[in-house]
Amino acid sequence: MKALVAVKRVVDYNVKVRVKADKTGVELANVKMAMNPFCEIAVEEAVRLKEKGIVSEIVVVTVGPSAAQEQLRTAMALGADRGILVETAEEVQPLAIAKILKGICDEEQPQLIILGKQAIDGDNNQTGQMLAALAGYAQGTFASIVKIEGGKATVTREVDGGLQTVDLNLPVVVTTDLRLNEPRYASLPNIMKAKKKPLDTKSPADYGVNAAPTVKTLKVEPPADRKAGIKVKTVEELVEKLKNEAKVI
Amino acid sequence: MSILVYAEHDNVSIKGATLNTVAAAKAIGGDIHVLVIGAGCQAAAEAAAKIDGVSKVLVADNAAYGHQLAENIGALVAELGKGYSHILAPATSNGKNFLPRVAALLDVNQISEISKVVSPDTFERPIYAGNAIATVQSSDAIKVLTVRPTGFDAVAATGGSAAIEAVAVAKDMGLSTFVSEELAKSDRPELAGAKIVVSGGRGMGNGDNFKILYTLADKLGAAVGASRAAVDAGFVPNDMQVGQTGKVVAPQLYIAVGISGAIQHLAGMKDSKVIVAINKDEDAPIFSVADYGIVGDLFDIVPQLEKLI
Repeated sequence: MKALVAVKRVVDYNVKVRVKADKTGVELANVKMAMNPFCEIAVEEAVRLKEKGIVSEIVVVTVGPSAAQEQLRTAMALGADRGILVETAEEVQPLAIAKILKGICDEEQPQLIILGKQAIDGDNNQTGQMLAALAGYAQGTFASIVKIEGGKATVTREVDGGLQTVDLNLPVVVTTDLRLNEPRYASLPNIMKAKKKPLDTKSPADYGVNAAPTVKTLKVEPPADRKAGIKVKTVEELVEKLKNEAKVI
Repeated sequence: MSILVYAEHDNVSIKGATLNTVAAAKAIGGDIHVLVIGAGCQAAAEAAAKIDGVSKVLVADNAAYGHQLAENIGALVAELGKGYSHILAPATSNGKNFLPRVAALLDVNQISEISKVVSPDTFERPIYAGNAIATVQSSDAIKVLTVRPTGFDAVAATGGSAAIEAVAVAKDMGLSTFVSEELAKSDRPELAGAKIVVSGGRGMGNGDNFKILYTLADKLGAAVGASRAAVDAGFVPNDMQVGQTGKVVAPQLYIAVGISGAIQHLAGMKDSKVIVAINKDEDAPIFSVADYGIVGDLFDIVPQLEKLI
């Protein structure tokens, strides 16, 4: 079966983000960018399913600026077969991304669509669920185990208080949680090979999607500062402070 | 304006996060209806009717809704939600799972994890793991919002007397089936709603050593959490994880034991009222957010602390 993996270009997770002085957003100039970590897990899962002979072809897609080709090449170095860049310089919000992905699903007819549960920039946690709803598909969100057999997917999900397992019809949308797998590193020969893999460039209009945002960011501020308190010398002093100063025990 | 609030419940009682979500609805202002979806959930509906500030409870009681499968309840909430100005759900794993489906079916964007209501169309929410706070304004006809429970003080669970109305709509999309669940059993309070939380990190060394935290927690009536490092090392199960990708907590007292204070952990607990850090490394970043820090061996300090309180 064919698998579609959607990935996003975001600020590298090791970078400490800074809010811009004019409060319009966070500083993105000269900041290291990378594939969203949850998306790396999505690519890895698709590659493992291909290695097991369950998936026959992996198509990787991203919606974003021209530079997001780098993340598609990374995914292809990890094992994806071809890429689709839906290029736009504008901000595209989750509903519009889900509509674009729905358009790609209509064309490509994948049986399995894997996405990260959320991107570490906007922290929205929406796109996979929205795609599943628009396409009328089942969804297995926050997945920690994915099994595909007997024409269905069995997905174990990380939920509040533990784990839940569900059986889902195909085609299915799966969103990845941290413990689904540990992504591999791309080898140099595979990075070189990835440069020759096919990459199509499209636009949101090719899928009939109006990508204009409906949610406007008015301002972005740093969170309220929390000041460091004091260091106490003994446990007795700590207990005394908690009882009489903070009054929390 | 009228606001539909999805209730998180266990068929018998209403979960705490629902009360924070009703508080967010009150901050928006308008007629508040609470929707209780489940199989055999009448008792929960009756509990919902007592929540302060609620004018009506809708109850959709059907076998298809037994495990809150997103495909079924998403379709139901999208249909019932058409007439409302706002649809709210707590940002629990349930809320995050099904509400984006509702938004997509209504052809609107969702605003995730609001932490403050500025006006009926403008909200604050954390982005970049809480390293920035965005103020966003929605021009969508229906505002679909998940609510971060720690951002809003819970309304009273009693004092109201809302009318209860049954909803006959049955949506079984036939796409998904519940197989099983493994939920951690514990007599301790739930992490999300606990007044005191004791959390352990990599410094605990192994899962067995968490026993000293359980003993301390039981004496304090506290919940026990963990850092991602402790979960990844296999010391404790993932549902104990506090942090941006785990649970976000804001108790009265947070005691961080052997936790260095990685940014993603701080994002999950820095809104706690009082933070205590116990760590042998005096330069650990956790001390920069702690009200009270104590440098030393946690295996000496924790038992002493337990004896003294």
